[in-house]
This record gives sequence, structure tokens and C-alpha cells, in this order.
Amino acid sequence: MATKQRPSAVGKAADYLDQRTTIGVLVKELARKVFPDHWSFMLGEIALFSFVVLIASGFFLTMFFEPSMALVRFEGDYPPSMQGQLMSAAFSSTVDMSFEVRGGLLMRQIHHWSALIFIGSIVLHMFRIFFTGAFRKPREINWLVGLTMLILALAAGFTGYSLPDDVLSGNGLRIIDGVVKSIPVIGSYMSFLVFGSEFPGSHIIPRLFTLHIFVIPGILIALIALHLFLMVLQKHTQYPGGGRTDKNVVGYPALPVYVAKMTGNFFIIAGVLTLMGGTMAINNIWNYGPYDPAPVSAGTQPDWYILFVDGALRLMPGPGWEWVIGGYTLSMNILIPAVVVPGILFTILFAWPFLEARVTGDHREHHVLDRPRNRPVRTGIGVALFVAFLVCALAATNDIIATHFSLSIFAITWVLRVLLFVGPVFAFFVTKRVCLGLQRKDRELVLHGHESGRIVRFANGEYVEVHTPLDPQEVWLRTQHTSPRPLEIRPATDARGVRRQGYRSDRRWQRLSEFFYEDRVEPARPAELAAAHSHGEHDEIEARTPAAVGPGTAGQGTSGPRTAGPRTSGEGAAGPGEEPR
Amino acid sequence: MSENQNNPADTSHEVTVTPEAGTAVGHPERFPDPGVPDHKHRLTDTDPRAAKRAERTVTILFVLSILGTVGSIVAYVMVPPDGTTSGVRLSTLLLGLCLAVSLLGIGIAGIHWAKSLMGDKEMVQERHPLATNEEDRAIAVQDLNEGLADSGVVGRRGVLKGAFFGALALFPLAIAVPLIGSVGGDWNVSKFKHTMWKNGTRLAIDPSGRPIKAADVTVGSVFHVIPETTEEFRSTHEWINEKSKAVVLMVRLNPEDLRTDQSPEGETWSHEGIVAYSKICTHVGCPVALYEQQTHHLLCPCHQSTFDIADSAKVVFGPANRRLPQLPITVDDEGYLVAQDDFAEPIGPSFWERLK
Repeated sequence: MATKQRPSAVGKAADYLDQRTTIGVLVKELARKVFPDHWSFMLGEIALFSFVVLIASGFFLTMFFEPSMALVRFEGDYPPSMQGQLMSAAFSSTVDMSFEVRGGLLMRQIHHWSALIFIGSIVLHMFRIFFTGAFRKPREINWLVGLTMLILALAAGFTGYSLPDDVLSGNGLRIIDGVVKSIPVIGSYMSFLVFGSEFPGSHIIPRLFTLHIFVIPGILIALIALHLFLMVLQKHTQYPGGGRTDKNVVGYPALPVYVAKMTGNFFIIAGVLTLMGGTMAINNIWNYGPYDPAPVSAGTQPDWYILFVDGALRLMPGPGWEWVIGGYTLSMNILIPAVVVPGILFTILFAWPFLEARVTGDHREHHVLDRPRNRPVRTGIGVALFVAFLVCALAATNDIIATHFSLSIFAITWVLRVLLFVGPVFAFFVTKRVCLGLQRKDRELVLHGHESGRIVRFANGEYVEVHTPLDPQEVWLRTQHTSPRPLEIRPATDARGVRRQGYRSDRRWQRLSEFFYEDRVEPARPAELAAAHSHGEHDEIEARTPAAVGPGTAGQGTSGPRTAGPRTSGEGAAGPGEEPR
Repeated sequence: MSENQNNPADTSHEVTVTPEAGTAVGHPERFPDPGVPDHKHRLTDTDPRAAKRAERTVTILFVLSILGTVGSIVAYVMVPPDGTTSGVRLSTLLLGLCLAVSLLGIGIAGIHWAKSLMGDKEMVQERHPLATNEEDRAIAVQDLNEGLADSGVVGRRGVLKGAFFGALALFPLAIAVPLIGSVGGDWNVSKFKHTMWKNGTRLAIDPSGRPIKAADVTVGSVFHVIPETTEEFRSTHEWINEKSKAVVLMVRLNPEDLRTDQSPEGETWSHEGIVAYSKICTHVGCPVALYEQQTHHLLCPCHQSTFDIADSAKVVFGPANRRLPQLPITVDDEGYLVAQDDFAEPIGPSFWERLK
């Protein structure tokens, strides 16, 4: 080609690069790589792009922020109430950048809103991954990487929140100090480790600053790179649908569609975050004042992602939960909500892909996502965890609820205490039942078609609603999955009656597996559809005209006297989803 | 709940389809995959005028973005924040709106372009199993073994191996020990147990530092109290650390309302109904600052631990386990309220060595 016509400037540059880097291979691999399309795949993208906005706005802020706890007298003109007040350089520089630097407040507010959206979109992204089973083989590693990033994002949020050294964040740090001190054996020393002296000391702000702008984002960037690399390497998952299998990927090419959509998406997210930063005030620290250990304001809440820990701290009853063992103090009233509760949550999340693979006995690669209804126990547990999270988060607003609705704060707390235990269990059973119900609905639709709303009256006076059969795409969507069965294990004794080793452990796993998959609904099969037809309702309705119907000839199916109603027939004793037990 | 009715021995619930005469025979196990749905053309694919219109919309959006950028520079120059809250708000609002238009213009234009004008035919690509094929795996294993063999560590030279891994495992200590050793300051945990209150320290008003006369404390009034000290000391970091432990909330109750306080036998820690309690919550250390005069309850606004001031500040509700420590007070010769001593127990949240 190059010999025939003069190469363009881009062509020349590409050639120059390729001769030195073999980049052509990479371009060949990536340029037309196919990515599936779905709105829920954008949740992770929102997280990524808010992170970019965080880096950009954060860079702006570091130009003006002074990460020091040196005490200064406020010299600025505004706000006048602070004239001559003693405060840390961190607080005074934050006020200065809000009032004196053009666009400083805008950037602060963009940064704060972006942080809230960043963590929010990570959590929503994780919901999507969890409920669709995108963490299954081969993506377990990426699930772990993602969870680690969630923890780092929480750490980034908290360290950033504390930097302005205002009353609100200072009290937040004091709560952290109280929690750290409750850790057995090393707690007191951990407190010194964090603060460099007694609380609050003069080191914590510079330390948090280094973590916030260097350590945490540095690790985050490395993990984001790994996260995306694995995503590209393993190719994106896809929702079930016609032509979508575990062996292919159906979607649009990276170039030009995804490049354009992703770039557009970045600018839209940045635009929305800017709109929020420009129009919605957040964290007006000059109203709170610089940190002072004595004051505290009522009705304050942490940023949303800390609510659940704060709420757990509020729900835990105190009296009787501080144990003295051999003269040493063990504060279970703090350890349980602040360490054990998040510990349990993250342990479950980290272990989940491996646990589920074990109880499913599943070693295959999965690239087609689950519809949440097809995994009722997983979906139920996910919703239960979410409900527990919500109850805890709600508990962190119990004082606001009390003042806004004129309720007793003690009553609210007691209700939420009970709800924390009852709510998730209730949510689990309801969700599981709803999922199973939806699966039966899928079966029913496949076997009997959609209600058409067309009522036909036969000569004998019988009324029947005509059902329209599903098109093949919809049939496939509702039947493509497999419904896993509980594990089968080798019997406890062999042919000669010798007990084998490992049976007890196998049996425990089997029990867990039964919990997961005992209640199951098989997707409809072609044979069943044929059987449903041979029962007579559909074909006959389609075939006969009302005039031609003789009395008694209407479908004499096996389902008894109620032959006329296609909606109810086939759901009798032989209803295959409802295995008689 | 149907799962309770399951027979645990029967773990696999086969769904059996009663074979109706002849119907179950000759049917496939599953419904067939119908393949990728047919491509539907968009209006812009079929109608050149619609395509032209979409092109115009995209162009207009890009121009809008340029206007937004220009606008933000104009706002930067023309509307500087004048140092008042409203001035700052106006500047922030204008800069924010213009920048948002500039960004959203590009974003919406890009998405519209991709959705209406770029190809929207779905493509299918094959996936390959992620595992390396057996042949390459064998080569990789062989390469690793050869590498190990070349290194000479395999099989022999146990001492060498031990020394190698030992050195690698230990060297971080040379960095970690000085770092961790210094990062905690003096590590003097016993500081948690003492505050700067001592016998004769006057109770002063926070933040002015003015000492309080017992006569000035009327029944029902609440005082936020710090130990009296010099103005100079109160502008240091040491002060903030000390204040974090020493802050006290003082209330005067009707002496008959004061049911109990924490004075041991033979001592009086209150003065004519005036009681002073540590303001640092025994839960996780927030200042306990909400006093309800009617019930004599003191509420921590952070986690709602509630203490009864009229009854030794014991816990009435919430996540705190211990009562607030009481500061023993009395009056000096000039009528000022003074501390008799430091708190009798460590203030604030619990810690492992608290009672040691």
C-alpha cells in the first residue's frame, strides 16, 4: 500500500511506532474487539469515570490545600466570624480555597460528590455482578480485585473526609479512635500508631493526606489496570439471549462504537458531577468550624457509605457487653458492630464465588449471565445482606427520624434492633419465593403462551381466552438456563460396609448444597410443550371455529374437568415444576 | 415453606414429566437456540434526511460545548468571588454550569453520534477456553523445571536455600522496626488514664477560660467546662490533647433531685447540687453535649447513649456500657469551683489496659 500512494501522517506515525513496538498486534486484537451492550454494564464505567474526575479535581485541590495541623490564627476576610480564631493550617487553607480561589469551592464540591457517586456506583456494579453470577469461573479473581478496590474506595473516602480538620470530621476521627482502642491487646498501641500520640495529636492530617493522595489512589490505579486487563482478557460477560453462548461474545466492536460511547459517557458523567458540584452545596465546613474536642452538633451523619457501621454502633445495646477478663477490658459493645459486622459482610463477599462453586459442584467457564430468578437462594441471600445493610444505614439516621417524625428515639432503635434480625430472614424467604414464582411463570408462558385478551365463546356457552405462543427468541430466553441440582456424594460405606473417610465433610457440603438447590424449577422442555398441546386446549382452540364445536368435545385433557381454562390446566397434579413431595 | 417438607435422604428432586402417549418421544432435551435476532434498521439507516438531521444535532451539541467553555472563562474573569457566601455561591454556580454545558455537550454529542450514525450491527466473536493448551503447558512446566535446575537450588544445598529465604524474609524488618517504632510517638498508653485535673484546679468556662463561681451557677443551668490554665497554653497542641480528655459538663440540680452521685462513703464530690461529669462518652468518645433539663438525661448526639445525671450518670439507653466518670468538685476560699482531684477512673472509651 505504502508503495502505491503517499502514506498519510497518521499512517507514518503508526508505522514509526509499530517498527519499534509491534503495536500492530495489539491494535489488531483490540480495535474490533466485541463488547456486549447492556445498561447495567455501565455501572462499573460510572465508577471508573468518577475516579478520573476525582483525580482531576483532587489535583486542583492539592494545589491549594495545606496538609498541616500547625495552629494558625485565621487571617482571611471571610467568614468574619472566624477572624482571629485559632485553627489548623488544614482547616484554614480549606476555607481559603473555598472563598479566595476562583473555582475552588466548585472543585471541592465536585470532588466530594464524585466520591459519593464513585462508591455508590461501585456498590451498584457489585450488585449487578453478584445477582447475575458474573463472579463465576473464570472471573473469581476479578471479583476479589473488585472487592479490594471497594475497601480502598471506602478508605479513600474516609481519609479525604477527615482532611479539612473541621468539627464534624474531627468527631469522626475520634469515633475511629474509640473503635481502634476497643481492639483487644493491641488497641491502645494501635491508637498511638494511627495518631502518633494521644488523640488528636499533630500528625494525623499529614498522615491521612499521604494515604489519601498517594498510597490509596496509587494502589487503586494499579488494581483498576488489573481489573480492566482481566476484563479484556476474559472478554465481557453477556446476558442470555438468542445466539449468545458460553463460547461466543455478541455485541458491538470497540472501534468505533465503544470508543465513542465510552468517551461520551465519560463526558456525561463528568458533566453531571460538575452540575452537582456547581449547584448542590456539600460539606460547608465554615459552618461547622475548626476541630475542637468539646463541641459536637446534633443530627450529623457521616457520608452514606459509613452509615452502616455508624448505624450498627447505634443499634448495639451497651450495658452488659463490656467484659472484664483477668483485669483486661473487652468492649464487645464496640467490637461487634464496628469490627465483627463489617468483618462478616466482607468475609461472605470474599468467600462467595468459591462457596457457590463448591456447593454447585461447578467447574465450567461461565460467560452467559444468570437471570437472578434462576438462582433463588443466591438472589435471596444477596437481598438479605442488602436489607441488613439498609437497616444498619437507617439506624444511623435514627435521630433524624426521631426529630422529623416526632417519634421516640428509643422506640425507633428497638424496632430497628428487631428488624436487623427479622428483616434479612424475611427478605430471604420472600425473595426466594418470588424467584421460584417467576421461574414457574417462565414455564407457564413457554407452555401456554401469552394471554392475548381475545375471548372466544363456544356454541356450548363455554368461554376461553386465546393464548398466543411465544416467539422462539422469548422461548429461548425463558428456557436457556440449567437449574442446578444438589450435590450427589458417594455413600458413607462401600460395598463391604467399610466407612469411608471424608464422608462427614462431604455430607456437610451436601447439606449446604441442598439448602441452595433443593427447591428448584426445571426450565420447560419441548416434550412438555408438546404434552401441553396434546392436552388439547390450544390446538383445539386454534383449530375449531366456535360454530364447529360439538358439546363435550372440548379438550378432554388429563387435568380433569377444568379443561376450558388454559391458564389453569397443566398446573394440576402433573405440574412439572411443582414436584409432588 | 415447602423446603421443610423435604425428605433429607432424597436430595435430588428429579422433575419427571409424565409421558403422555407418544409425546415425550422424539423431542429434543431443550428448545433450540434461535440465533442472534434479526438486525433492525434505524430510521437514520433508511432515511437519509433523518441521518442528516442527526448529524446536525451532533454538530449543534459540539458547538454548545464550545460555548460552555467560552462561558466558563468569561465567568472566571467577570464574576470573581467577592468574599461573601453569596458571592462565592454565584461564582461557583456560573463556573459549574458553564463547565457542565461544556462537558455534557461533548458527552451527549458523542453518544448521539454513536447511537444514530455509527454501525449498529451486532457482531459475534468466538471465545476460546482460557486455559493454556496441554502442549504449551508442558513446555512451560519443562521451562520452569529447567530454570530451577539451572539455579542449582533443587534437591541440594539446603543451607543455601534456607539462608536465601531467611535473608529475604528478614530484611523488611530493618525498615519496619524503625518505622513502626517511631510512628507511635512515645507509646505511653498510661496517658489515657490521666487528665490535667488535679486538686485545686479551677473549673473554667469553655472556650473563654473564665473561672466559675459556685454562686453564678443557677439551678438547671448547664456549663461546658475546661480546667483553668493560661491563655498561652491554650494555643498549643498539648492543650488540644489535654482538652480532649479534660472537658467536663457541669449541671446544677435541685439538691433533692440529685438521687445519687459517684462519691464514695465519707466524701462529697458534688457541691450543693452542682455535679460535674466527664463530657467524653464512654462509648467511642464523642462529646456528650445534649442535656435535657426535664429528665436530667444527657444524650450523646453521635450514637444516642443516654446518661442520667441525677443518678450517677448511669447508662439509661444506647450503646455505652459505663457511666460517665464524675469530677469531684468543691469550692475554694474565694468561692470558685475547684476540682478535688483528677477523675477516679480513666475517662472516655474503654481500652484493653483500662483497669490495669
